Amino acid sequence: MIVAETIVCDGNEAAAWGATLARPDVVAVYPITPQSSLAECISQFIADGILDAELLDVEGEHSVLSVLHGASLAGARTYTATCGQGLAFMFEPYFRTPGLRLPIVTSLVTRDGITPQCVWGGQQDAMTVRDVGWVHMYCETAQEVLDTVIMAYRVAEHREVMLPVNVNHDGNYLSYGVSKVERPGQVEVDRFLGIKNVNWHAALDPDRPMAVDPLTGGATGPGPALFVGYRKGLCDAMQTSLRVIEEVHQEWASLTGRAWAPLVEEYKLADADYAVVTIGSMTGAAKDAVDEARAQGKRVGLIKVKTFRPFPLDAMVAALSKVKAIGVVDRSVSFGWNSGPVHQEVMGALYHGGRQMPAISFIGGLAGADLTLNHFRRVIAETAAALDNGAERGPVWLNQND
Amino acid sequence: MTLIKQSRPAFDSSTVPGGMCPIATKISTMLPGDWRAERPVVDRDACVMCATCWIFCPVQSIEEKAAWFEANLLTCKGCGICAYECPHRAISMVEENK
Repeated sequence: MIVAETIVCDGNEAAAWGATLARPDVVAVYPITPQSSLAECISQFIADGILDAELLDVEGEHSVLSVLHGASLAGARTYTATCGQGLAFMFEPYFRTPGLRLPIVTSLVTRDGITPQCVWGGQQDAMTVRDVGWVHMYCETAQEVLDTVIMAYRVAEHREVMLPVNVNHDGNYLSYGVSKVERPGQVEVDRFLGIKNVNWHAALDPDRPMAVDPLTGGATGPGPALFVGYRKGLCDAMQTSLRVIEEVHQEWASLTGRAWAPLVEEYKLADADYAVVTIGSMTGAAKDAVDEARAQGKRVGLIKVKTFRPFPLDAMVAALSKVKAIGVVDRSVSFGWNSGPVHQEVMGALYHGGRQMPAISFIGGLAGADLTLNHFRRVIAETAAALDNGAERGPVWLNQND
Repeated sequence: MTLIKQSRPAFDSSTVPGGMCPIATKISTMLPGDWRAERPVVDRDACVMCATCWIFCPVQSIEEKAAWFEANLLTCKGCGICAYECPHRAISMVEENK
């Protein structure tokens, strides 16, 4: 069992501690609200000698991730954090990272997408980049943030995975929300992470001369098969990561006693007729509302998505098989479906499970708006009503009258 | 073609699973001359060896001969800059035939 020290900190500091305990060799950051205090915190750890890493204060997020590409190819364990417009500016190297199979861990301190101008939480940024080939894990509490950043390195650097991982925590609610956090000991984390080897497959190394990312594809020669091979290899690795994420969470649980659901958490679902589906920090309020409804005899449960990419299809199908109606709460918008991204994906999972059931899309908590007990009382009531009446196609905007 | 001139052994790409990551440890045998559409032909009588073509050639394919300059057709990509710049109109571009 890990010897832990209890500290009191917010989610940004928890992420910085998680990264620090993972001992990255290179950290590059550019500050952006609500990630800034994370950048300050890990910079301070490096300045104070708590973390022995090269800190690169580059001129923007495009350079942040490009620098980490080089560092990773040179064999360094790497870390950064960003969100919102910073993530948008990072997008060009962001798109290349999974294809190069670089196990870079990056915290996304999720922020709503502008315009309209806002600096507050919302998952629009992370959801917008959900299909680029990064693993995406969403956290519920500051403790889960710290634990998941450490676990993310094990997932990312696993030989059968070799993928970049985003550990996402909600801007404002988790980034600034202060709570008690257990900080594991360095020796135990070192043992958990094992010996680092991040560039065995592709390297900037005079001892192993190679061209990284040469031209492939096209219609002739070996191009088509090569390109398909790389694309398919990435898709296969994404699927493999589901198994690895479960294994790593299990090992972490045996080490710390904290058993986070790796893919999908089922909460009071066993005898439920209907369920609320949540992602991220909103889950706390949602669980309180479920507890309250249960006390009133309502047969409601909850399904929390932790791993959103790759989508945990089997785990979601298994959870959905236990209920007859769902209300999916998104903290972002799928503009293409007039729905929320999680809602849309759950609808896809229903098809794979051979099920049709009422599935309401609720959208709330945009741009820092609250998702409170009251909002979830409404979600539960409307989902219960959908059991008999079915669901409307369009979304319910939870903060429309707040 | 393997990297025969390097002093260190090439990276053993067989240790990386297929489809893992786009890397290359072999040199492509293709040269710019393989996809040239037009080639420069020098009128040796008109050439005064001013070396203007040698200066302007973007891939350094112009070579000095006994009494004229001409392009190395392995590396010349047929861009025609030499023909355009030649002050004596000594170079003409001729279409490549298969």
